[in-house]
Amino acid sequence: MLKYDLAVIGGGPAGMAAALKARECGVAKIIILERAETLGGILEQCIHTGFGLHYFGEELSGPEYAHRFIEQVEKTDIDVKVDTMVIDILPGNVVVATNNTDGLLEINATAIILAMGCRERPRGALDIPGSRASGIMTAGTAQKYVNIDGYMPGKKIVILGSGDIGLIMARRMTLEGAKVEMVCELMPYSGGLTRNIVQCLDDLGIPLKLSCTVIKTHGIERLEGVTIANVDEHRKPIPGTEQFVECDTLLLSVGLIPENELTRMAGIIIDPVTNGAIVDEYRQTSRPGVFACGNVLQVHDLVDYVTQESQIAGEGAAKYIQSKSKSRSRSGKCIHVKAQNGVRYVVPQNINCTTDGDVKIYFRVTDIFKNAKIVVTAGDKVLYSKKKKKLAPGEMESVPIKLEDIKKIDKQDIIVRVEA
Amino acid sequence: MKRELVCVSCPLGCPLSVELGENGDVLSVTGNTCPRGKKYAEDECTNPVRMLTSTVKVNGGKLPVVPVKTSAPIPKGKMFDCMKVINNEVVDAPIKIGDVIICNICDTGVDIIATNEV
Repeated sequence: MLKYDLAVIGGGPAGMAAALKARECGVAKIIILERAETLGGILEQCIHTGFGLHYFGEELSGPEYAHRFIEQVEKTDIDVKVDTMVIDILPGNVVVATNNTDGLLEINATAIILAMGCRERPRGALDIPGSRASGIMTAGTAQKYVNIDGYMPGKKIVILGSGDIGLIMARRMTLEGAKVEMVCELMPYSGGLTRNIVQCLDDLGIPLKLSCTVIKTHGIERLEGVTIANVDEHRKPIPGTEQFVECDTLLLSVGLIPENELTRMAGIIIDPVTNGAIVDEYRQTSRPGVFACGNVLQVHDLVDYVTQESQIAGEGAAKYIQSKSKSRSRSGKCIHVKAQNGVRYVVPQNINCTTDGDVKIYFRVTDIFKNAKIVVTAGDKVLYSKKKKKLAPGEMESVPIKLEDIKKIDKQDIIVRVEA
Repeated sequence: MKRELVCVSCPLGCPLSVELGENGDVLSVTGNTCPRGKKYAEDECTNPVRMLTSTVKVNGGKLPVVPVKTSAPIPKGKMFDCMKVINNEVVDAPIKIGDVIICNICDTGVDIIATNEV
């Protein structure tokens, strides 16, 4: 059995930032386990620019952003195993992995950081009637075909879902000569960034149909078209609004799901809203010594925030390893952080009473709010209050909570809510 | 003439209304809530530019294509002309990040540079 201070599962932006931060904090033996052939994660296929504006103050492409971290990892003696699939986390924080050269690997680690990212919600989750014709795929799959493998998966495209990957692919496919007929969005608003709607759809004259969905696919061998329909306020198709749209390809950009199979197998408690682990302020999960960060914890809009969150987890893991008190989060009292009116979820969900610094709480709102107030309270005390011109579910928000305020809290929960 | 835009300078997405003169010069901008909105509207109406990203075919590499970007934003109207040039280009591996793949594409004064290694 191999012995490490820290095993990081996933070599994307989250895993790399967490590993590098842990190293900076003095952790000696670190290993990153990555299932793909290279480090970098999904950034490798995100060739558009817009990454790094917050973290580097520059507008980089995905591969460039990833490369900055890959270079840093290569300069250290952090061990990296690519083409390696982690299959289990055993009691005692033993990571079981497999690859073609080592066969079955067992790694005993003092701490583990979960950084497995997320995957796209597939067609099967949507229950669209129709046969299994080719030409129906997630937007991310098409992105890999075009940007990594170098071939076009279709000529006439309909995109369902206006998430950012869908919008980015609408532009990419159009630039490569395909005709993108439309983007259909079930909700009355888009989940994507305004900038992407303007630059990926408006620029190219691609219509965005809101409150509209695909209710049937046509074609047996290859997709021949889809039937779309408008939906009512309950998101149910309105009879009589059906319309046939000819296309050979349907791209799905209908949400991302944190990849938490390992987390669940390890018996770690999952938040039913984020579909990620419940964590404390250092992103430690319900299992001592196991931390989580990046899209496996909560789906982010910007990789810059993934990097920041992963650095928190890396620092937390370093503190855990150095203290070796395997009950850090257990022995101390915990303050619960809860989402209320207008707030869908919060991360972290717990703050240790013994914490050593200010804590930033990240959250998403349930709807679009205009001129509303974000209010954070503990008992009768208001810890934070700020008016915002606009709040949208597609934009992650954060509020800072001061250490001195945390120290004064006795038993009450911290409540985050929106006041109209 | 009037043009309606959505500002992309920040997540607020202010709806902008731009009054244009006969020569296409900007007479007034309304709907913006900060100076950045005014600047965005003026730039969009007089000289809209975009970063262009794509891929270029590679010979002898591990992967068949390398991702590329414009070294600076190019005029929006030249995007498809630039794509034609990019799609006709073939380069030989190895390629490093920042390598110039196409010099001064479509006389824009902007280069096409590699954004990954192959």
